[in-house]
Amino acid sequence: MEYVESSMPRARPVALLLVAIVAGSSSAATAQSPTELRWGGDAEGGAPFVEADPRDPARLVGFEVDVAELLARELGRVPRFVQVAFTSLDASAARGDFDIGLSGIEDSPARRARLAVTVPYYEFREVLTVRDADRARFRALADLRGRRVATLGATLAYDLLIAAQSGHGVVPVTYEDDVHPYSDLALGRVDAVVLDEVLAERGVRRNAGLVNQDADLGVGYYVGVLAPGQTALRDRTNDILRHAMRDGRLETIFRRWNMWNQDQPRLHARVLASDATELVPAAAGTAAPGTWDATRRYLPSLVQAAVITLILSCAAMALAILGGVVIASGRVYGGRPLQAVLTAYVEVMRGTPLLLQLFVLYFGLASLVQLPAFLAALLGLGLNYAAYESEIYRGALEAVPQGQLDAARALGFTDGQTLALVRGPQAFRLALAPMTNDFVALLKDSSLVSVITVVELTKQTSIFAANIGSWVVPGALCAALYLVLSLPLARLARRLEKSWRRP
Amino acid sequence: MVEDLTFSAGRGELLALMGESGAGKTSVLRAIGGLDPIAAGEIRIAGVHLTAGRIPRGPRARALHHAVGIVFQFHHLFSHMSALENVWLAPVHVRRQPRVEAERRARGLLQMLGVGERADALPHELSGGQSQRVAIARALAVEPSVLLMDEPTASLDPARRGELAATLARLAGEGRTVVIATHDGEFARACAHRVVTVGLK
Repeated sequence: MEYVESSMPRARPVALLLVAIVAGSSSAATAQSPTELRWGGDAEGGAPFVEADPRDPARLVGFEVDVAELLARELGRVPRFVQVAFTSLDASAARGDFDIGLSGIEDSPARRARLAVTVPYYEFREVLTVRDADRARFRALADLRGRRVATLGATLAYDLLIAAQSGHGVVPVTYEDDVHPYSDLALGRVDAVVLDEVLAERGVRRNAGLVNQDADLGVGYYVGVLAPGQTALRDRTNDILRHAMRDGRLETIFRRWNMWNQDQPRLHARVLASDATELVPAAAGTAAPGTWDATRRYLPSLVQAAVITLILSCAAMALAILGGVVIASGRVYGGRPLQAVLTAYVEVMRGTPLLLQLFVLYFGLASLVQLPAFLAALLGLGLNYAAYESEIYRGALEAVPQGQLDAARALGFTDGQTLALVRGPQAFRLALAPMTNDFVALLKDSSLVSVITVVELTKQTSIFAANIGSWVVPGALCAALYLVLSLPLARLARRLEKSWRRP
Repeated sequence: MVEDLTFSAGRGELLALMGESGAGKTSVLRAIGGLDPIAAGEIRIAGVHLTAGRIPRGPRARALHHAVGIVFQFHHLFSHMSALENVWLAPVHVRRQPRVEAERRARGLLQMLGVGERADALPHELSGGQSQRVAIARALAVEPSVLLMDEPTASLDPARRGELAATLARLAGEGRTVVIATHDGEFARACAHRVVTVGLK
């Protein structure tokens, strides 16, 4: 804790500089605007939180939209929505990208330690969701030893699962969104999902064959988050929320979204009875962990994640090299139709985002073939990089002088022998430097596979950062581990190049 | 395009194709060597019959490339291999000779041509004249009955020309047919038994 606080003043000027550069003309993003209430949320979270109105996608609807409108009206401001990825809401609030974050944000000690947090305005239970067939088998987390249990990263449910990992031996699987845990449960990729009841209700409604268990896993609260200095606005917000609890306007909002239940009047009573801004969540996590303590606890999992990154990158690169050689050979030696097919492959793979390819491989094809996450990650990275490798090899093959190929033919070598003995070895030497470059790029691109639930180095780092509420130490450790992985690689390549130059 | 060219050369004969630069001498050599197709006419060489339109493939190509060795104007040595490897590569992989035997013979050829001490050098470390002699050794290593040589004096300083003429005479004297393409009339007249003029039409 001490370390982070002492290092924050050094980090802040950099952050401010970045904001100034990024924000540029829109200085309204950093300065207070008295006429607007800028509220941050993730529209990807969907109904009933925040989502684009299906009838008019330019408009937002959701209970958070209604809460934001309520707050803005009482403050005499106009609400303006700021889109922020769910897992970045805390960091964004701390930076002052918006006045208040409202997006199903859970109360937690870590959050309270870093940000100004409002009183809770909704109480939820954590719910265990399983397939119908497992209804009798998997009643509680204790029944799920050795089973994969999905949740959304950086949530109370995630903390619950981490506790259950050591307590009951469940295998936590983190997702970046709250839709795919349920679709993957229906497909059998995971055996259970733990998330709050709002998400669980929606998940069961959208996927046939799922059921929510009654197990009591814990209780949490939705709160608004503000930059740490915004206590005045936070206190005014608390007054407005308490007022809306008293006169039933909050109830009206939650009834409109079918979220009102017997837990809410109790929550309102507790909030109205106390002057305090917080109700300690009953769910996991009793205190914000200190940074050093957290670092000690997270370091083994960071190293483990780095090993996964390394294994994934090496295997994907091997696949990329193999695929690249095949594609390049086909494009140089093949007939017209084969060349056309391979050219199309290269252009599609290079011309579309790797992220999209990973989504298609893992989620898009899931109804046809259910690839395990690691295999999908390996295939996605390998097939994408094969396109880039093939271009390097094709260029290298075409760079070998035609005269030497004529000489080989005149000596009676077959095309295959010429490729293996004359053209290939020379092309490989030309390709080595760009290949090393690509390997280092792949090592870093491997962080994208976290979107399909593979916990590699960057993902583990962001879990670490979300847990302690700061990126300083996790970011530095993560960078150091990536360098430990990539620097020896560059050295190895240089040594190979040198040894081939011969004395 | 070269038109209306007819010539023949027998065993032990050293024939020079003479003509200006760009007259098509190289095209003629490449056609004889089976590297480029001819548009019309025919070529009979070492028992292989080349007709218009296609370059030989399969067994005919193997027979042709076994019978005909080519030394290119710019030599085209395999740049990732030593002089010695350049010479034994084809005997081992095309003629299926044992590696040790092929290497011993390759060393002998390099010595015979006066570049034995450069056996381990890479092509970029060789002078033009040394490269040429390694290229001759590489062509001779598969024991062709016909040796084609493009602009053999281009990479030589005048002092070395006599040496080359003597080498060519010796190769022809051993029963090979040697055809050189050159624009160097003096050299052609000095060493060739017969001179054929190639002109652009």
